[in-house]
Amino acid sequence: METILFYFFSAFMVLSALMVITVHNPVRAAFFLVLTFFASAAVWLLLEAEFLAVILIIVYVGAVMVLFLFVVMMLDINITELKAGFVKNLPIAIAVALAMFGTIYYVVGGDQFGVEHFATPDRHAADYSNIAALGKLLYTEYVFAFEIAAVILLVGIVAAISLTLRRRPNTRHQKIEDQIAVKSEDRLRVVEMAPHARKGERK
Amino acid sequence: MLTLTHYLILSAIVFSISLAGVFINRKNIIILLMCVELMLLAVNTNFIAFSYYLNDTAGQVFVFFILTVAAAEAAIGLAILVVLFRNKRTINVEDLDTLKG
Repeated sequence: METILFYFFSAFMVLSALMVITVHNPVRAAFFLVLTFFASAAVWLLLEAEFLAVILIIVYVGAVMVLFLFVVMMLDINITELKAGFVKNLPIAIAVALAMFGTIYYVVGGDQFGVEHFATPDRHAADYSNIAALGKLLYTEYVFAFEIAAVILLVGIVAAISLTLRRRPNTRHQKIEDQIAVKSEDRLRVVEMAPHARKGERK
Repeated sequence: MLTLTHYLILSAIVFSISLAGVFINRKNIIILLMCVELMLLAVNTNFIAFSYYLNDTAGQVFVFFILTVAAAEAAIGLAILVVLFRNKRTINVEDLDTLKG
């Protein structure tokens, strides 16, 4: 059963990854990438990484791919021009990919990662919590790295906003700092005036 | 019977496909960024497979950090892309030759 599921989802993953790199439209490529993420989340579930499988779908499909789609739709791209060298580069791409795969296969394909060196571990019991195990490790041994990850995300927010923020010269803005720094003397001016008679008053 | 080799070869295939994608789509920066995401996915699958077969949760912690950094990288990369398009009206890699490298 597991073997059938593994082959089903890995075939899904490989085919949709092939579609990502071959379709002409970037929007379609983004959707096929979403499909790849779903298939690989299923593969991760087979490896008992439930939390990361869910996080992959929530963070990657829900946030990062939506960001990609937003950017693709914001930019006005000429697709035919961008696809011009497709056929020309195809042979070298296939050659490089085969060389890469051959090299990796030479390392991992032999027997050194087979069942006699890495026996399939027993499945955890039904009350085993992947999130609890991960959280225990994350908040004790890796707490420093966890804090750094938070800082990296903060830097990411600040960098992305400051890169894309643009001030148009003609729009009207409040100057908050001037409003806060104002003193009462700037707002209210007491003027000395010579007294003069009101209407109807006798001198 | 699934062994570690199955998972390692699956991620090797996905990694090679994304490497081919970098060569095929040499002009389109958006698809190049997507290929980088695909490579990271293959690497993460490797990490999780080793974490399962070695019975060590540390591998999953590393995948967690890789996901964090990849999300930040995608956000900043796309922001740079938007600024680039605003200034040069193109995302074709061959037009980005101001530095004359």
